Amino acid sequence: MAMSNIGRPTQPQAAGASSAHASLTGARGLLQDEALIFEMDGWDKTGVDFDMPSQVASDLGDLVRTSPIGLPGLSEPEAMRHFVRLSQKNHAIDLALYPLGSCTMKHNPRLNEKMARLAGFGDLHPMSPQSTTQGALELMDRLAHWLKTLTGMPAVALSPKAGAHGELCGLLAIKAAHEAKGQGHRRTVLVPTSAHGTNPATAAFVGYDVAEIAQTVDGRVDLADLAAKLSPDVAAIMVTNPNTCGLFERDIIEIARLTHEAGAYFYCDGANFNAIVGRVRPGDLGVDAMHINLHKTFSTPHGGGGPGAGPVVLSAALAPYAPTPWVVSAGEGFKLVEEAQDEAADTFGRMVAFHGQMGMFVRAYAYMLSHGTDGLRQVAEDAVLNANYIKAKLSPVMTPAFPDGPCMHEALFDDSWLEGTGVTTLDFAKAMIDEGFHPMTMYFPLVVHGAMLIEPTETESKQELDRFCNALTLLAQAAKAGDAERFTGAPYLAPMRRLDETLAARKPRLTWRPEPTTVAPTPMAAE
Amino acid sequence: MRYLPLTAADRTEMLGVIGAATIDDLFVDVPAAARKAELFDLPPHAGEMEVERALSALAAKNRPAGAGPFFCGAGAYKHHVPATVDHIIQRSEFLTSYTPYQPEIAQGTLQVLFEFQTQVAALTGLEVANASMYDGSTACAEAVMMAQRVTRRKKAVLSGGLHPHYAAVTQTIAHAEGMDITRQAVAIDAEAAVLSAIDADTACVVVQTPNVFGVVTDVTKIADAAHAAGALLIVVTTEAVSYGLLKSPGEMGADIAVGEGQSIGVGLNYGGPYVGLFAAREKFVRQMPGRLCGQTVDADGARGFVLTLSTREQHIRREKATSNICTNSGLCALAFTIHMTLLGERGLRQLAALNHSRARELRDALAAVPGVEILTPRFFNEFAVRVPGKAAEVVEALLADGVVAGVPFSRLDPKAGLDDVLLVAATETTTRDDIAAFAKALKGRTA
Amino acid sequence: MRFTKDHEWVVLEGDVATIGITAYAAEQLGDVVFVETPEVGKTVKAGDGFAVVESVKAASDVYAPISGEVVETNTALGDAPDTVNAVPESGGWFAKLKIADKGQYDALMDRDAYEAFLGTL
Repeated sequence: MAMSNIGRPTQPQAAGASSAHASLTGARGLLQDEALIFEMDGWDKTGVDFDMPSQVASDLGDLVRTSPIGLPGLSEPEAMRHFVRLSQKNHAIDLALYPLGSCTMKHNPRLNEKMARLAGFGDLHPMSPQSTTQGALELMDRLAHWLKTLTGMPAVALSPKAGAHGELCGLLAIKAAHEAKGQGHRRTVLVPTSAHGTNPATAAFVGYDVAEIAQTVDGRVDLADLAAKLSPDVAAIMVTNPNTCGLFERDIIEIARLTHEAGAYFYCDGANFNAIVGRVRPGDLGVDAMHINLHKTFSTPHGGGGPGAGPVVLSAALAPYAPTPWVVSAGEGFKLVEEAQDEAADTFGRMVAFHGQMGMFVRAYAYMLSHGTDGLRQVAEDAVLNANYIKAKLSPVMTPAFPDGPCMHEALFDDSWLEGTGVTTLDFAKAMIDEGFHPMTMYFPLVVHGAMLIEPTETESKQELDRFCNALTLLAQAAKAGDAERFTGAPYLAPMRRLDETLAARKPRLTWRPEPTTVAPTPMAAE
Repeated sequence: MRYLPLTAADRTEMLGVIGAATIDDLFVDVPAAARKAELFDLPPHAGEMEVERALSALAAKNRPAGAGPFFCGAGAYKHHVPATVDHIIQRSEFLTSYTPYQPEIAQGTLQVLFEFQTQVAALTGLEVANASMYDGSTACAEAVMMAQRVTRRKKAVLSGGLHPHYAAVTQTIAHAEGMDITRQAVAIDAEAAVLSAIDADTACVVVQTPNVFGVVTDVTKIADAAHAAGALLIVVTTEAVSYGLLKSPGEMGADIAVGEGQSIGVGLNYGGPYVGLFAAREKFVRQMPGRLCGQTVDADGARGFVLTLSTREQHIRREKATSNICTNSGLCALAFTIHMTLLGERGLRQLAALNHSRARELRDALAAVPGVEILTPRFFNEFAVRVPGKAAEVVEALLADGVVAGVPFSRLDPKAGLDDVLLVAATETTTRDDIAAFAKALKGRTA
Repeated sequence: MRFTKDHEWVVLEGDVATIGITAYAAEQLGDVVFVETPEVGKTVKAGDGFAVVESVKAASDVYAPISGEVVETNTALGDAPDTVNAVPESGGWFAKLKIADKGQYDALMDRDAYEAFLGTL
């Protein structure tokens, strides 16, 4: 079997029951034990008032729902309290450094939120006549200009909804370009072992076979292995740069040259563009397509899992195949090219129903205007400076995976320094929660044992970095001093103790259902 | 720069700790040929006031839906969103958190996702729902590919009433993955036509109700025919408020229901971000795309929630994942959940009834305009009308009267030969004055 | 009982081979939460992935150590995947194959050879 034991332990230790004083009600001080909305007896409540017409008729006959739906409601004060109580159980970038490597949790300026909520953007219908949406089209055109200038690429597809969707867009453009050249038989996409999981998933999604490229001991693409695998069957390579070890691919120009020589295209995963924005243009490196996660480089909020936005910049070779729609200037105004005809005759198709994540475009554009060309360069410099500072400060107590030379925007450590302590990377991460910090990315990239990937971003002050490094140093010293229990039972002070993921996966309960031992509440009768 | 906390003194001190002379020393791995010494040809940084001025000027060039009589639908709907919704989604703990990978400090997000999944399952009449997709169109494409995994067949039949953008997205994505997509001819009341296309190779049938022309269909017979052939029925809904009035997809035999959730809690946003709804029969749960939140207990035995069944997902399964989706539409799912919680069953039914009622009033008003023909036999809050001449020109003409009359079908599909078809929608935000203004303007322009 | 370097075991009774994963593999995987077994009637070749075993954080393909036709699968694992952890080399079996080539079985490692192999990991 293809055995993977890289996964982390997922069942809480039997020992380590809460050492904290337990309340009588399940509350933890001001943190309430909050029930589900389905358990609040709100089957006949509502928090919205409508001015109903005296008679509501329908000619839909038996198309009308007669059975109860099963939806509880809450009055406004109850709803407010429910969701505010829940919110207090979350960590957030507004609370402390959020060092998730590769995820880039940086400050989200509130000006951007305010701008996205202007009625001219937030209350604008996607199919409103284009003569009534000229400001929106102009903004998309300006955003495209900034993205093209910053990347040195001639074209951009704005519509993909997130980074992974952007990867899909890039590979579809590559596939279309190969087919147009009579190269549709190319079946393979090469992906380094350190890649984000989305890369091989996307390649497979588009119907390609995935082959891995080996990595050198210093954490980069193995050029010899790449050269050996670049056969006439290869459609593309997908390389993240800076890569997921937080390192710049020194041979990137040679990688691009070899790829093009083999007739393949170079897809660059731009998840880490924030490390080089304003200093390096991917277009100068030989990239054919690259997605840009607007929430990473351009600070749109991640919202507990999304929405994102994943515009894809394209080389001249791929630009004709871009998905519809796109914006062009037309006389004194702008228009959307929406159909696969005329100038869009070669488009590979459509990625989304409308034009992409306009709400994210507004936020990202506000961020760009705020920083300007000088500020964006400073973003990359401070992000890299902060990461190297953490690497330098923590190297005495932890083991950097690649000690030689600088890192880019994130510092990668392995778990060799934990050997013999009885503490795993997971335990260490959970103990960070008790010290007030969100854990770093763990067990990724897969090429480093027990990986701990720390990305501070440019929006952390030196004081916060010192606070963070101090906390990790104290924890590292505690682990080495034999205080294993501090780690193996952690977290002790979070809203919840360690959760049993094995139980969740073995007996999935994905929706609320009335407990069989209790009397089910009666949903409201049909009207 | 107001967003960058480091001072010049900090930077110098930190470089000293690192042992680097200048910041350039940290970029030594970048090939010399690619290092840019000069600033790029873009404007310099700007203060909050300047940025606000620039963006407000752009926003002012647009005509918001709320600025006057407005009748566009076609997959995105103008609804009222309670003030509470926007307040809560802007709380730091929701807005500025990441995907809940550390459940001990993400129970807020996780419990909301569990509530969202339960609400979506209830609305669609199915057993399980995921924690959201990007939007309705991508959810539709994902559903088709899921049907391929379940049935191990490659053919998908798309009804001619499916939103043309949804059909195009499905064709683009599912075709690239190797599926054979049959899109039936566009027609206003065409759902029954899928019956003749179902055969032993069919993985799924995709039917939209209410469809892009607003037609409401009982898909029970289509479900029976699909199941008899070993295929799945996928039901698409672009107006989530309709779940409050109409029979649910699950009740009518759907195996997968996908929908656009924008109508509940999410603004128009010129097309995004929106929130894709995705629900299915429980027996197919391991073939579902996207994140799933499940209930469990913590080390003290307290109930809690975690992301689960993640071995389906890209970060573990890599090239064997059910989908490549990673970031989804979490904050919009939160908005949906808050709005739906405020509505409750009582409020949702009222909202749906109100939408239906307004649309009927609109129908009556437009039917009285000479030369206008109502084309949709049974509808929820949106229907198609035939107008004299080209619908796109009628819409442009009515702008001069301050009325945004709807979506010309030709904008969605110029090749369908339905240039005189206009899609019009009414919601609870549509007033009687709006309807009167529309009818009057239309009469004036078409006379 | 015979073993592979990919940590599958095989027991042969007549021309029916019962296949599972070894105690070592089960321990390395951690808590098994789901097992996907092949359809009865399917023909598999030695070396093909024919089942999937999932822990919370990993999904691993299980390769057929031997070619044959699937005649029975362990349906009890559907409700009790933890059986793979509890008794991996007996009750935690995955599938039974009707085989044609006993030579493939003979070529696999015996327990001593497998134990020696584990010692090298």
